[in-house]
Amino acid sequence: MTTLTRQSLLTEPAAPLPVLANGQLIGLLREAGLTGHGGAGFPTWRKLTAVAAGSRAVVIGNGAEGEPASAKDKTLLTRAPHLVLDGLQLAATAVDASDCYLYLPAALVNHVRHAIATRRDHRPVTVVTAPDTFVAGEESAVIAGIGGARPLPTDKRKLVVEAGLRGRPTLVQNVETLAHMAMIARHGPAWFRRHGTEAEPGTFLATVGGAVAAPGVHEVPYGIQLTDLLDLAGGPATRLSAVLVGGYHGTWLPRTDVPMSRTGLAPYGATPGAGVVHALPASYCGLMETARITGYLANQSARQCGPCRFGLPAMADSLHRLAAGERNRDLPRQVVALTGLVTNRGACHHPDGTVRLVRSALTVFADEIGRHLAGRCSTMEER
Amino acid sequence: MRLHIDWTACDGRGACVELMPEVLDQDPWGYPIPKDGTRQPTVPPETMPYARKAVAYCPRLALRLLPPAA
Amino acid sequence: MTTNALWYLARGTGVVTLVLFSVVVALGIATRSARPLFGLPRFAVVAVHRGASLLALVFLGIHVGTMLLDPVAPLKLIDVLVPFAGPYRPFWLGMGTLAAELLVAVIVTSLLRQRIGFRVWRFVHWAAYVSWPVAVVHGLGTGTDNGTVWLWLITAGCVGMVVACVMWRLSTGFAARPSLVGAQ
Repeated sequence: MTTLTRQSLLTEPAAPLPVLANGQLIGLLREAGLTGHGGAGFPTWRKLTAVAAGSRAVVIGNGAEGEPASAKDKTLLTRAPHLVLDGLQLAATAVDASDCYLYLPAALVNHVRHAIATRRDHRPVTVVTAPDTFVAGEESAVIAGIGGARPLPTDKRKLVVEAGLRGRPTLVQNVETLAHMAMIARHGPAWFRRHGTEAEPGTFLATVGGAVAAPGVHEVPYGIQLTDLLDLAGGPATRLSAVLVGGYHGTWLPRTDVPMSRTGLAPYGATPGAGVVHALPASYCGLMETARITGYLANQSARQCGPCRFGLPAMADSLHRLAAGERNRDLPRQVVALTGLVTNRGACHHPDGTVRLVRSALTVFADEIGRHLAGRCSTMEER
Repeated sequence: MRLHIDWTACDGRGACVELMPEVLDQDPWGYPIPKDGTRQPTVPPETMPYARKAVAYCPRLALRLLPPAA
Repeated sequence: MTTNALWYLARGTGVVTLVLFSVVVALGIATRSARPLFGLPRFAVVAVHRGASLLALVFLGIHVGTMLLDPVAPLKLIDVLVPFAGPYRPFWLGMGTLAAELLVAVIVTSLLRQRIGFRVWRFVHWAAYVSWPVAVVHGLGTGTDNGTVWLWLITAGCVGMVVACVMWRLSTGFAARPSLVGAQ
């Protein structure tokens, strides 16, 4: 079932925001089962509880959306900024934070500032411009950027919920999560649980792109079949070779009869992530596309940490050579060795996310690798 | 105790790898690789004096010793 | 101790301090190179750099101490604390005081580096590149009026060694990192 039977996230709320008592929001979120929509999927009520335990907390709405294939946060902030701003105030009340921040790409700053100017919020909101880089949305990079330092990931000494921005307990929440918070406050947990699955309730914003007839952002329930999600975007424009789920740090899927949920995607080593779905047409070589994305990710390294700074470009180089048709049987081994080398090393998970993409490519495009080493490519046979 | 590597400070100078070969390997660019595959490798008690030296000698002050995981 | 002996001890330890200090600078550059040195593993290069600097400090202490104690030597406490303030040869002596104070700052911050953090430590450590040439000038300027040959030779050797190391430090190959060879 793909049509929503209730108000969408992508429209401005009609009902006024209720005033919630202390601690009430956290209870509602726990009942609703809301999880983070930035990619990690952490239970939101837990995060708020941890931050609320401290004093002089800070709330940050993360709208940086560094993923090039993702447009959900931009769309949400453009169409329903007040929903996000409502969520920001609710979260701030729940953790007793006096300061709120919104971390946004330059293109959205004016629009959101206008929206803020029309409101009478209790807690002031400061809009900070995020750079247009892939790692800009990483939690510690967000905090560093708002704190006035270079907007790059930092060494993790303490948990952000205990000591983040200027040493204060910090709640960093994706803007979509804040919007869901505002909806749950208005309509309640039961309303939220009407869509989605028992274990993964609610809806999420999916950015569907690539070889589909009508690329765009759609609000869909967890558990929706990938096939149905693609149909919402007009359906595949042509025969597909694979679908990338979870964005550039995601996983290639060889088939679309898969539910978009953690449990549904787990057998493929995938997660919904931040809801990015990219359809690869059969006329595109999966290896070449993976090499291109890996090259982009290598370029987007903050270049602070050796394994990422040197390992990712080496990985991209070997993949490019393989994709370009170099008949060197050692290249796949080199790629595999590099994936093992860069995992679990570095200040953030940029290398680990990249490895996830590459490993899924090595599995899903295994036949393609064989063809390339034999001097062919599946796209040559397409015409 | 566990060894914490500040990767943003580490420059692959290699003193730690020499002092703690039981705990660390070295990648082709000079950076340490925890042998147990974790982000914060455990330092066995007999290696602790060398770990402390590594922490003191690291030219970039990129190492810290943390208490064992709770 | 006769004042003559004190005077020779003061001068002798001054020369030793300069030699040790020059070796420390060379070892500092060797440490930065992240390479083994003459068979010494990297951590040992660091260790010797640190040890030699402390040794240099000891000799510096004796150098300054004997001159303070020597009733004939014109060194007063003011000369030890404030550069260029004393009445006797203020410039050359002042250079010595300046070099010594910078060196002490470098060493003290290095002993406390885990407390003060990398950035502050590194900022002060650059002062070593000021302290050393100032010490050389001090040695040449105050090393008795007749400037014996051996003093000139030792100084030339120290300067040559440090200059060679600095040129190596500034060369493009210095920061070269071993890298994975592409195709096997």
